[in-house]
This record gives sequence, C-alpha cells and structure tokens, in this order.
Amino acid sequence: MEDGVVLTMRGISMTFPGVKALDNVDFTLRKGEIHALMGENGAGKSTLIKCLTGINDFEAGEIHVDGVEGPVKNHSTSDAQKVGVSTVYQEVNLCPNLSVAENLYIGREPLTPMHTIDRRAMNRKAKELTERLKINVDVTQNLENYSLAIQQMIAIARAVDMECKVLILDEPTSSLDDSEVEKLFGMMRDLKAQGVGIIFVTHFLEQVYAVCDRITVLRNGQLVGEYPIAELPRVKLVAAMMGKDFDDLAEIKPEGFEAHADAPVVIDAKGLSHKGTIKPFDLVLHKGEVIGLTGLLGSGRSELARTIYGADKAQTGTLKVKGEEVKISHPIGAIHLGMGLLPDDRKAEGIIGDLSVRENIILALQARQGMFKQMSRAKQEELADKYIDILQIKTASKETPVSQLSGGNQQKVILARWLATDPDFLILDEPTRGIDVGTKTEIQKLIIQLAGEGKSIMFISSEIEEMLRTCNRMAVLRDGAKVGELDGDLTQERVMAAIAGGADNG
Amino acid sequence: MTSTTEKPAGALKERRQMNGNTVLLLITIILFFVLYAAGCAVYAGKGFATVQTFLNILRSKAGLLCVTCGMTCVMLTGGIDISVGSLVAMDCMLLSYGMANWGLSAPVMCLMVLGIGVLFGLFQGYCVGYLNIQPFIVTMAGMFFARGMTAVISTDQLSITADINQTFYNWANYRIYLPFGGTLNRKGVMIMPYFGIGVVISLVVLVVIFLMLRYTKFGRSLYAVGGSEQSAAMMGLNVKKTKLKAYLLSSFLCSIGGICYCMNTMSASVSQATGLEMDAIASSVIGGTLLTGGVGNVIGSFFGVLINGTISTIVQTNGKLASSWPNILTAALLCFFIVLQSIFALIRERKK
Repeated sequence: MEDGVVLTMRGISMTFPGVKALDNVDFTLRKGEIHALMGENGAGKSTLIKCLTGINDFEAGEIHVDGVEGPVKNHSTSDAQKVGVSTVYQEVNLCPNLSVAENLYIGREPLTPMHTIDRRAMNRKAKELTERLKINVDVTQNLENYSLAIQQMIAIARAVDMECKVLILDEPTSSLDDSEVEKLFGMMRDLKAQGVGIIFVTHFLEQVYAVCDRITVLRNGQLVGEYPIAELPRVKLVAAMMGKDFDDLAEIKPEGFEAHADAPVVIDAKGLSHKGTIKPFDLVLHKGEVIGLTGLLGSGRSELARTIYGADKAQTGTLKVKGEEVKISHPIGAIHLGMGLLPDDRKAEGIIGDLSVRENIILALQARQGMFKQMSRAKQEELADKYIDILQIKTASKETPVSQLSGGNQQKVILARWLATDPDFLILDEPTRGIDVGTKTEIQKLIIQLAGEGKSIMFISSEIEEMLRTCNRMAVLRDGAKVGELDGDLTQERVMAAIAGGADNG
Repeated sequence: MTSTTEKPAGALKERRQMNGNTVLLLITIILFFVLYAAGCAVYAGKGFATVQTFLNILRSKAGLLCVTCGMTCVMLTGGIDISVGSLVAMDCMLLSYGMANWGLSAPVMCLMVLGIGVLFGLFQGYCVGYLNIQPFIVTMAGMFFARGMTAVISTDQLSITADINQTFYNWANYRIYLPFGGTLNRKGVMIMPYFGIGVVISLVVLVVIFLMLRYTKFGRSLYAVGGSEQSAAMMGLNVKKTKLKAYLLSSFLCSIGGICYCMNTMSASVSQATGLEMDAIASSVIGGTLLTGGVGNVIGSFFGVLINGTISTIVQTNGKLASSWPNILTAALLCFFIVLQSIFALIRERKK
C-alpha cells in the first residue's frame, strides 16, 4: 500500500435485483484528509459505504486498509470497527433507552477485574469524552431525554472515540443547525489533524467546500472521478454529478409570480395554537401561492404546519378553509378538505417500506375514498405509471417495495402520493432534505408548476436559498412562535435578519 | 462541567428529568406495601399479619419468581416466551416420574431437567434469533410441545413421597428458621417462621439476574436489542446471539423454577402450572417491564410476583371469595399499569 493511504477500494461491483448498484468503482482515502463522496440519488454512495462497513456483500473487487494484511472483507459493522472503520449515519443509530455513557461504550465497556462492567469508569470516561467534544449532557441520563441533534453528536462522539483510522460520516449534518454543524466541522478538523481519514457524504455543497480536501464523484454506480477540491468548482462538481450541463438554479420563478393578494383565500388561521409546540399564530394563504416557513431548527416550523393539518390538534383559535370555518382533529379530516402533508421524517411518518411503489402512491387517495370503495387495479396502475413518469422515480418496477428505493426516490413516491389526491393545499416539510441537487431542482420546479395550476403550497426548508427561489412570501418563526412575514423582494439578508430577530421582521 | 464553553440550545432544560420508569417502579413497590398492609389490617385475626404469611408467599411463588426473571430478560429484548408454563409442567412430571419409575437419584433428575431446559431454550433461541421467526409462534410451538410431552411421560396424577425419593423429600421439607418473628400456637409453643430451599434458590436467581442485567455485557445487550435492534447491530453487538442467549436463559431459569415449583407442590399432573406463563408476563408488566422491550428490571418483577402472591393469599385467607377473584384483581392491576405506562410515555413525548 502506498505511503499515507489508509484505505483503498479497487474494482468494487455489486448488483441488486435488477439494478447494477456499483460497477467497478475505485476509491482511495489518505491519512488526515476529509474526502467528500458525492453523487445523485442512486449513484451508489450508500452502497459503496455499506460494502466497506460489511452491511452489503460486494461481488467483485478488493478493499485494503492500512495496517491490515491482505484484502479486507467485512461481514458486519463490528468487523469493520475491528479494522478501524467507524460509521455515523444520517439516522441516529443509538439506543434511546440506554444512558448516554452506555451508548458511547456499549460493546466495549470498561471492565472490572471480575469481567463485569465498571459503570463508574464508564461514566467518567463518557464525561471526559463529551466535555472534550463540548457536548453538554449528563452522561447518566437516558439518551431519549435529549434532542435529535445532541443524539447525533453522541453518535459521532462514539465513532470518534473508537480509535478509528477511517471515519465515515453519512449525511451527519441533515438534522443539525448551523452552530452544531460548525461544531461538528471543528471536530472533523481536529480528527484530520490527528491523521484520521474521513469520508464525508453530504448533499450540502457549501459544507463540502467548507471542510473537504478532495472529492470523489459517483454516477449511476460508476466512478466519475476523484478531484482535489481546488480543481473542481461548484458548477463543475454539479455537472460531474449530473452528467449534463447544470440547469441554472438561480431563476426558476416565472415573471409576475408574486401577485396573489387578490386571489381567493384558501387557508385563514386565526390564533391557532398547540400547547408546548406552537404559540397562537395567524396565517393567510391565497390560491396559487407558495408560502415558506423559515426559522432555525426547532423554531416551530413543522409544528405550525402540523397544527393546521390536524396532526397536532389545535387547542385555540379558528381555522377557515376556503371561507368556511372547520375543526380538524385528525389528518383524515384535513385530507377530506383537500390538504396534503409531506412529513419531514419520511422513514417514520411517510413511507411504508414493505408496500410497493404503486401501493404507496395510491395510499392517500384510497384513504380519502374510504377503504370500501377500492380503486380498480387498472386505475391504480395508471396513477402509478403517471407519477413515476412525471416525477422520474427511479425504480425497477411499480411493484418494487419502496424500501429498496434510494432516499430521494422514496421522497418522490410520497410526493406522488399527495399529488394523486389532487390537493388544493399541500404542506411540504423538508421535501428536499437528503436528496441530490438535480432532484432538488426538479422538486422546486414542480412546486412552482403546482402553484401555477392554482394549488396553494406551504414549503418548509432549512435551506434559505431554495426557499428564496420558490416562495412568494415567507413566514418567520422563532422559539415556537410566528414572529413575522416577509414579502415583496425576498433576499437572503432580509430573511436572515428576520430569523435572528433584527428590525426587519414586520 | 468545568471547562465547557458554549452550551447547545435546550440541553440544560432537558437535564435531570425524573425518569418515568423509576416512578413506575416506585408505584409498583408502594402498591405492594399498600396491598399487603390492607391484607394485614383486614385479616389480622386470621393470621395474615405474621412473618410466616409473608414467607409463605415467597415459598409458594418461588417457582414463579425464577420463571419471571427469565421472562423479564426475554421481554427486555422485545420478545416473549409463552412456553414456560408447559415447561414447568414437563419438569415436574419428569422429576416425579423419573424418581418413581426409573429409580434415578434426585440430583441426577434435577440435572436432567436443567439439561432439557438448556436444549429447549437453545432450540427456541435459535429459531427466534437466527431464523428470525416471531417469538410468539416459536414459544407457542414450544408450549404445545412441552405440554404434549408431559402427557407422553404420564397422564396420571403423580405425587412425590418420602418412599419414592427420600433425598428430594428432604430437600422439599428442609426448613430454615428465622431467629425472630415467631408466633405462639394453640398449645402455647413458640413457632419460629421458616422458609425452604426453594425460596433461597429463587432469591439467589433474583440477585444474580439483577447483577447480570446491570453489570454484564450480556445484560446491557439485552436492553440495547430491546431499545433498537438495528442500532444494536450498528453498534457492533451480535443481536442474533443475544436473542438466542435470552431464550436459553429463560428456559434454563424456567427449569430451575420448575424444580422449585415441584418442591412446593410435590406432585405432577398434565394440567399443572396452566397459565403460569401469563402470571409471569403479568408480574413482569406490573413490575414495569415494557412489552415493546428495552425497559424494565427484575426488582420490579420481584414486586410483581409479590403482588401476585399477596392477591392470592388475601383471597385464600378470606375463604369466601370465589377463586376467580385473583384473576380479576390481576386484570385490574394490569390495566392500571398499562395505562400508567402510556401516560408516562406521552409525557416524555410532550417534553421533547
């Protein structure tokens, strides 16, 4: 093995039923570098990582890890950890019912001479580790008492503490806010200085350019190339990922998209609230309008939407839908009123993994019709085909279980589910999280197109840029309350100032 | 927290919450004392308020306690083992029949019973852990099998008497006296409260399992697997092996429990220990173990068993109540605890 290289993967190939997931892919990781692994959905990033960590069984190729004789073939995550490969995933893979300290040390607990767990030593070590990484937690408390962001940081702390040579961070920043992301980057730079090789998988282009030294791009299971960061400006990176010239992201709003004040009112909320999640708010939404909800993580964006939708029952206030006062206590009521909600946690709240693409798509429509008026098979297939085509869902067939699809394509399936009900009012909560730039743009265009067809859309996203590109108007939230609205000329500066609580939030 | 600088938002607020599961355990313990005190108050005249009555609960429930310890371990992984009642019946039958008809000595028969428990658990554990079959189905098959085998061994009502096996008889009737808490009998002789070997065995099992759950890697893996199987696997734990061991442990403890049970009843029949698995599950749940896994401990289960024993003792002492009352009371308690558990889960969800 060359000097300074901690990991080489050569000629890795792997097939899933009907799809060639990886085709002769090479990957090299050097000591003390942060190496971004980029690609669109279904490009094979996750599959490549899983081959390395032993979750997938690759068919051809060789993996070499520094300090290990001969080719490495891991059969489980613990095998991978033994050769110094640790992973932190997008979804927090810890046990909520155990204490923070146990989550950090389970499987490798400090033992007393009698081979029992030395809880005191474990808690002390955990305290030292969390303090060193500046995570402010009580290590004896159960993990479930802490927010998702902190759980994610504990997961990283666990991986960091494992004396690893190769640290894989698979979309670790998706659920973190800016200051937490910065803290994570600090952690990554420290580790880099210690000589750890880091593989960083993310969809946030800015983050790649903020921390990475090198980029490897995959497309459709094949290697596009490996580039030092300085030689690959953003536009070229996107082109390499998409394999075509990059569709300009900046201007997708058509002219005259702003004027909606005289259109009929679709949603009129007055003083709506849900105890503990969102304080009373007023909100008016016109036909054909896209309203963005912006604010920091945990500011109440999703909660506001959930209250209108009836997922959290509103405890005060009145809600008028198309001029008529309604009470929604369950989502099914909202569905009957022509609403749809695309939840932010698509694994837990949206996708039913064992059902096929077709079944997932017709689900909401079927629910609205009632379970006794079953749609004909032909009608179901027609709908499925239509939306697979419109949204370009990449799937082996419409009968493939959704769990086999990549994250972005699962997201498209849920989107298709709500489009199939032909809603008047659609709430999209982080519809572009964790999916690639190309699909993001497609979804943004689709939003504008839907608005053009007279649908009203509520769009929630952590990325201000994409909201600026798609929204007519933005509502700003802070600490569980709606603090203002912005319209007219939306700029990043104005939005930022409003979120931060500046003067311009009226 | 001396050297830390900035604090992540919300971290402080979330610290030092009263753990809902600790509250549940406390409620179970308090409930036991309330029930027991009520029994003492109402039936003091019938001899309820003696140390011996309490020890009798332990004596009659020694087998159940061992079985419940095993059940709790299985339930911690999110599984269930409904074969235990039948396995106890089979153990009793094997002990009685073996000692009477094969002339084998008591230690040999006990070892055989324990060995069968291990094999039984290995098979069930393999099916659940490695073949990934639903634990309910696997142990239901185990339940029918053990009950059936009990009848295959013998369909008679067997008793173990001193003539059949002196050693086992002596074990069963060996009395360990407490140096205090005695009562005067009708003749005016002071009778000291006593307990038997079964109580000692079951309490040793309880302590060992308590320490095992808290201080060993295997014990913590049970919690991890119950908390999130996928996460446990991702953290490098061997989920399949952990599950196999859990069912193995359950059947093994169940066999120990079977021996204790047999020492208490000194008899065997096909219909013995019917519904014991449900008592074990109910005791675990009342003790704060969640059916979904990951939460619970054997101290709670111990009090669950004590509550079960107290209820039946109260009903027996009363003498006029129908024998169905323990079931009804247990049902009410189960309801109470399930509702409490959901309320605590809801509160935790709110606080997030």
